[in-house]
Amino acid sequence: MNFDFSDDQKSLKDQARKFLSDKAGAKVTRRVLDDGGASYDQSLWRAVAEMGWLGAAIPEQHGGLGLGRLELCVLAEELGRALAPIPFSSTAYFFAEALMLAGSEAQKTALLPKVAAGEVIGCFASSEGPGAPTPSSMQAKFDGAKLNGAKVPVTDGDCASHAVVVAKEGAGVSLVLVDLNQSGVMRATLKTLDPSRGHAKLEFKNAKAERIGAAGQGWELAESVLDRAAVLIAFEQVGGSQACLEMATEYAKSRYAFSRPIGSFQAIKHKLADMYVAIEVARSNAYYGAWALSTEAGELGFAAAASRAAASDAYYMCAKENIQTHGGMGFTWEVDCHLYFRRAKLLALQAGSPAVWKEKLVKRLERRNVA
Amino acid sequence: MDFNDTPDEAAFRAEARAFLEAHCKPKVAEKDRMNRSLRGVDYLKAAKAYQKKKAEAGFAGITWAKEHGGRGLPPIFSVIFGQEEAKFDAPSAPFAIGLGMCLPTLIAFASEAIKQRYVAKALSGEEVWCQLFSEPGAGSDVAASKTKAVKEGDDWIVNGQKVWTTGAHFSDFGILLVRTNPDVEKHKGLTMFIVDMNAPGVDVRPIHQASGGSDFNEVYFTDVRIADDHRLGDPGQGWGVALVTLMNERLAVGGSPGPDYREIMNFARSAASPTGEGTLLQNEAFRQKLADWIVRAEGYKLAKFRTMTALSKGQAPGPESSIGKVINANQMMDISNAAIEALDHYGIIDDPALAPIDGAFHQSYMFAPGLRIAGGTDEILKNILAERVLGLPQDQRADKGIAFKDLPSGR
Repeated sequence: MNFDFSDDQKSLKDQARKFLSDKAGAKVTRRVLDDGGASYDQSLWRAVAEMGWLGAAIPEQHGGLGLGRLELCVLAEELGRALAPIPFSSTAYFFAEALMLAGSEAQKTALLPKVAAGEVIGCFASSEGPGAPTPSSMQAKFDGAKLNGAKVPVTDGDCASHAVVVAKEGAGVSLVLVDLNQSGVMRATLKTLDPSRGHAKLEFKNAKAERIGAAGQGWELAESVLDRAAVLIAFEQVGGSQACLEMATEYAKSRYAFSRPIGSFQAIKHKLADMYVAIEVARSNAYYGAWALSTEAGELGFAAAASRAAASDAYYMCAKENIQTHGGMGFTWEVDCHLYFRRAKLLALQAGSPAVWKEKLVKRLERRNVA
Repeated sequence: MDFNDTPDEAAFRAEARAFLEAHCKPKVAEKDRMNRSLRGVDYLKAAKAYQKKKAEAGFAGITWAKEHGGRGLPPIFSVIFGQEEAKFDAPSAPFAIGLGMCLPTLIAFASEAIKQRYVAKALSGEEVWCQLFSEPGAGSDVAASKTKAVKEGDDWIVNGQKVWTTGAHFSDFGILLVRTNPDVEKHKGLTMFIVDMNAPGVDVRPIHQASGGSDFNEVYFTDVRIADDHRLGDPGQGWGVALVTLMNERLAVGGSPGPDYREIMNFARSAASPTGEGTLLQNEAFRQKLADWIVRAEGYKLAKFRTMTALSKGQAPGPESSIGKVINANQMMDISNAAIEALDHYGIIDDPALAPIDGAFHQSYMFAPGLRIAGGTDEILKNILAERVLGLPQDQRADKGIAFKDLPSGR
């Protein structure tokens, strides 16, 4: 039994934590949050690119470090913990994963080295409005060369240079690659619950686009990309949840009420113990997701859904109870609780809502039982 | 990351498997396991015979030192044997508390002569042990034990009552926590003893549980005489000894008894949806709940794999191993409740001949409230998580600096 990260992976995690405690954290997140115009922190983005993290899972032949998904998982946990205000997930978990999964050699050669270098910011555009997107709900249309339609919201769509778009092609669905810096693409920034990350509505009018993977395979590919991203986002969620628990625990030890630390009251203890249990459940499921992702196991679908369902619920719980533990201070702008509360909601929705993943989990278990 | 054994672990697992195949029957159905009372004389006989074979084959006391008849292996090997044993109908339950909790305490605190007398016979299953801690007035607050022992010559005379004692009715000996000094603070006046369960003045009575069965006992002590050489630790040090016993409880974790998400999923394939359309498994609200159960059950299982990984590497297990108690009993409660409610009015019928899966959901529904309390209530376990894992301060205590005899006890 070796169900843990290796010593090398753990030391990468320690390095990442040290690096981010210096270069990132709530102060840096607030720079983006408080600046209405900024969509991400450029200096942190450059620093992360220089560390090679964007290319951690990209093979060396395509300009990456050629490490693996497990290394990307430990980085994700630390980025989540640090509330990093950069388009890392859109670029590394969605865009790069889509290219590595289904991109042509030419597409990979052209874009992956730039992703690794931080020169390309990618995003993933699927949603077109309220509700979970489905193959039949897709309105965006690709005709083999041009893309028409609108995607809303697109996380990091305001700062991305490229997008992977899920669009209808004929009777089926295809995945298409679009350079966003062209006249056929209009962007409108969106106001969201988490302003520390950029969001946009993207409109395509005869935008030049090319297919990723085969025509009609787009929905299956999109689901595969989502499974991969789900595991990686789950690690960000676990990192954020852990940060909330630590913040609440520290506060409960130092805040006095009725002449004693509030952490000595069982009402607070039990709340924090519940958070701890939820995090350990989420972490254990996420580790399984990491194993499935790194070994390309057939279990990935089930493991990804379990990772994501557990982590989304854990982060929501930890973020809201962190506010509650802080009392009135937790409801002020100056205390950082709300940053996690905001990010928890973004991460719970970015790759599909908890309800969608819970349904996927049951469906995949039914399928596994039949097989 | 992988889920493989090391070569040593694999060899041990194969050895365990061969032993179990030779000496155990295949696993029985859930309902039969739940229905089997530990009170059956035949069951105890079979259990003793099985334990003897285990001891002869070197599978008893796997982690114990060789000088105590053990095999001297790291804890991971004990976990591996437990995993394999769980796949069979192995009658090991009567020894779980004795070998898991009582004897490690005895080995830590008893004299050489006492160890010579008791350890080997416990290991071979010849003598069965129980643990006498809880009292009617000392449950979560077990240090409030009132059962008292008074020194008389070289002996101690015990009077009082213990409760919720698993296996007292078939045990030969027990470890007994008693008050020897009521004039000092609560935790400082306790002492631990070995008691002969067949001694004059020991009266074991079954408890009629809310679930209908009788798995536990009350034990009354009337002028029971214990020789001073059967004391474990110094007088007044009983609380420290008890903590060693309770520490050993942590590794003795198993899965939760009763139906889990797989059973309710199977049930839901044919049960009707409360909407009146389709099956329960097609019902959206049910599917969302089912997902939550899957996530928690898998999370607990995978957390145990993380614990095993630490043990396999020779490291101390992390605190993640302690989440099971808080998850499992509640999950068992929720799953059985959901299955019963899905039957609508018919759900009230618990007759095994009429209820689904021979009434297992109903049995589980009635037993789960006990599991939320046994082995430390959920609330106490959350306190332990908060204090020991998260480092939160202890609750303010009303018993500090006060002699035990002067403490308010409510009644």
